[in-house]
Amino acid sequence: MSDNGSNGTGFIGASLKRKEDARFLTGRGRYTDDINLPGQLYAHLLRSTVAHASLGSVDTSAAKAAPGVHAVFTGADMEHVGGVPTGWLIHSKDGSPMVEPKHPAMAVGKVRHVGEIVAIVVAETRDQAREAAALIDVDYQDLPAVASLEAARADGAPKVWDEADGNLCYDWEVGDRAAAEAAIDGAAHVVSIDVVNQRLVPNAIEPRAAIGNFDPTTDEYTLYTTSQNPHLIRLLLGAFVLGLPEHKLRIVAPDVGGGFGSKIPHYAEEAILTWTAGQLCRPVKWTSDRSEAFVSDTQGRDHLSTATLGLDQDGRFVGLKVSTKANLGAYLSTFATCVPTYLYGILFAGPYTTPAIYVEVEGVFTNTVPVDALRGAGRPEATYLLERLVDKAAAATGIDRVDIRRRNFIREFPYQTPVALQYDQGDYDATLDLALSAADWDGFEARRSEAGSRGKLRGIGISTFIEACGIAPSAVVGSLGARAGLYEVGSVRVHPTGSVSVFTGTHSHGQGHETTFAQIVAETLGVDFEAVDVVHGDTNAIPFGMGTYGSRSLAVGGTAIYNAVQKVIAKGRKIAAHLLEASEEDIEFADGNFTVAGTDRSKSIGEVALTAYVPHNYPEGLEPGLEETAFYDPLNFTFPAGTHIAEVEVDPETGVVELVSVTGADDVGRIINPMIVNGQLHGGLAHGIGQALLEHCEYDAEGQLVTGSYMNYTMPRAGDLPNFNINHNTTHCTHNPLGVKGVGEVGSIGVPPAVINAVVDALSPLGVTHIEMPATSERVWQAIQAAQAQD
Amino acid sequence: MPAVTMKVNGVSRSAEVEGRTLLVDFLREKLALTGTHVGCDTSQCGACVVHVNGQSVKSCTCLAVDADGAEVTTIEGLANGADLHPMQEAFREHHGLQCGFCTPGMVMSAIDLVNNNPDPGEADVRQWLDGNFCRCTGYHNIVKSVLAGASAMGGGS
Ligand code: FES
Ligand code: FES
Repeated sequence: MSDNGSNGTGFIGASLKRKEDARFLTGRGRYTDDINLPGQLYAHLLRSTVAHASLGSVDTSAAKAAPGVHAVFTGADMEHVGGVPTGWLIHSKDGSPMVEPKHPAMAVGKVRHVGEIVAIVVAETRDQAREAAALIDVDYQDLPAVASLEAARADGAPKVWDEADGNLCYDWEVGDRAAAEAAIDGAAHVVSIDVVNQRLVPNAIEPRAAIGNFDPTTDEYTLYTTSQNPHLIRLLLGAFVLGLPEHKLRIVAPDVGGGFGSKIPHYAEEAILTWTAGQLCRPVKWTSDRSEAFVSDTQGRDHLSTATLGLDQDGRFVGLKVSTKANLGAYLSTFATCVPTYLYGILFAGPYTTPAIYVEVEGVFTNTVPVDALRGAGRPEATYLLERLVDKAAAATGIDRVDIRRRNFIREFPYQTPVALQYDQGDYDATLDLALSAADWDGFEARRSEAGSRGKLRGIGISTFIEACGIAPSAVVGSLGARAGLYEVGSVRVHPTGSVSVFTGTHSHGQGHETTFAQIVAETLGVDFEAVDVVHGDTNAIPFGMGTYGSRSLAVGGTAIYNAVQKVIAKGRKIAAHLLEASEEDIEFADGNFTVAGTDRSKSIGEVALTAYVPHNYPEGLEPGLEETAFYDPLNFTFPAGTHIAEVEVDPETGVVELVSVTGADDVGRIINPMIVNGQLHGGLAHGIGQALLEHCEYDAEGQLVTGSYMNYTMPRAGDLPNFNINHNTTHCTHNPLGVKGVGEVGSIGVPPAVINAVVDALSPLGVTHIEMPATSERVWQAIQAAQAQD
Repeated sequence: MPAVTMKVNGVSRSAEVEGRTLLVDFLREKLALTGTHVGCDTSQCGACVVHVNGQSVKSCTCLAVDADGAEVTTIEGLANGADLHPMQEAFREHHGLQCGFCTPGMVMSAIDLVNNNPDPGEADVRQWLDGNFCRCTGYHNIVKSVLAGASAMGGGS
């Protein structure tokens, strides 16, 4: 067996076609809304139309009398159940716990954002439910709203929560303030930047949906839901909201049409649908409209930051100080509190040796839709700020943009950063060199002048970055306030005739786990790829799990599966030794065969499996069967890293930015399936480019969502994007047996600053030094006008 | 309630519908053809694209009664038994799908492109897919798939 755990059958590292594609391509995928249960009723959720109001009477009598209606429930009916919980307790600088108001499943007393659920109407048909909901008379007594970070933190601002003074949830810090400030005070050069990281709407193309069901004969609840993490939903819904034990609550997350973070949280809808099904003893289905999704799916990003970097004479970073306000929305969603802290503040070393770093973050309540993880979650925000600042530092010191990055790279590993993380491995020069040559960086000036001859302003931008994936280990995150463990579970069942079922607590909603995990098992167990099936998404089928987010599935979930395979092999070795009348120590395992060392006597895994289930000739004391489960709790995060380069052309007359090329050189650890890995990179890049150039979620001062549909929220379309130039340089993670790191979020983390650095580079001849995301034509045109007015 | 009859994937199907019933709801709910998806309510995402009389149509923007008497093809009607349509095969071969939710609409739309333009270039594909959103793939492999599917369908290059 080689160092990567491979048996050399060639499955690991091969671009095998995906097992899941046949059903998706023929319309046989089974998404939540495709499921219909016998006797099913339909729910419509009445949502607040105002951002902040005291809730007077909610008159449901006309709705209850409407045709086909079975029930109408409001917040008062569910008031006795628990609040929708938050997964991470953050402590402020002074040691006090964050302000954590109860989040009722349906509004009680007040509504705090447009889209908050006020009532559920259940009827025979979807249309009947919707029409009846329109008959509910809600007395909203308007209160002043705060819809932005500035408004929420202004003196005397209206309060979203009475208990949160200044609308502050927490005031958190990491790093050494005194050291960072002293380093900056003594620095030869000091550069500062203010940046906005705008709010985004995740917009998975499948809208959320849920079906609650209750079986009175077994007292069992089942919830079908569009979730990235069914076991986590079972934990939060069962233990915190409805008080149901695990064995009476089954969560099924079938095929899910994209998540990007927005399907991590435990949503109030899940609790409401489950509870309502119990009240009516009938299945109840709810499917979100897109308009509804815009005001009810958690949103992402939304930071205001200011940062200062000190450099010595030679351009080495000596100190960094970052102050951020992070918008959490009106209620604390599942990972809302940790995204702008433990997934953000700890990233600020980036790939650089900055010895003193201090980050402080205010978590702020506003009358807006709750904010939670969105592809990258905290790490794009940190990377964007840092990489914009580094470009500014290059401009201020006159040092070349590439050179200043190189001068500051970390080259010795393991490397302990001043903000908690310890990087195990990396080679930042290698990805930088690869990207520079793949993007023909040296040939850029010729392209710039050629574009200039056509009246276009051409710019090139770079970002060098790291990310932290597979957040871990449980004991550490627990000490930092996490309320769940962050391990993963894998089970491997070798059937009597040698086929294999693999059960994983991660969830695949586009990532191709059914293929990648089968490749790992086929290779390590020496069985046919076709003989391996991967099962996910059903708490009754899988022992346990924490789900898919933070690029953790392969590094954490894949390792759990790998470890379960090793246990299967260990047991198989005992059985084979018995059959071969050899001692266990003399049995070698390779290519699916247990062989007595130095002989040609062997038993295949299939023969061993059959023996395990028909144990006529069997080792004494050994249990029959061939099935093993592993819980894997990683020792550390994994640290993918890379360089992204973007090239743009700006039309100075219109401000239109054309993205000419995007080049990535990434180190995502060992690659199991290059086709799938590149697909993940493409998707992440598109998401990051969307943030840099197109997407912006905007509220007006009253807290009304201005960008509430695809008519005015710009999704990246095929015509907005170029083909991507993807390159790999691989170093192996040192603390998992496969050497894998993670890939799902890389693009959305690395590319936004590369694109904005390119736009600023293009505009720099005009004197433009910064532009906020998204760099729309209007914004770029305004920046050009402002710069020209200054001349 | 009006009754509608249409030939769906080669089979004549009839049902009573309300006048306001959308074609997509007719397909998904009356005929249990759940391969056609709904991703928006403003006629933009293209997850719902089917063919009506051989042309791509957003089935969320068409009433069932307006398709009365028509021939409708959905994603379920493309493959011939186990043999995928060349466009489906191209998406599989080139990893033109991830979560699969946009995929039926993408494939139906792509086939109509090739029917209209047997030898599309990359820019044609990107422009044609303006009404089909994908959040997963960044379109890179979708474009590759459509170009490959176009040649496999017998187009030029
Ligand atoms: S469902 Fe989005 S265009 Fe039809
Ligand atoms: S494959 Fe998921 S939206 Fe396109």
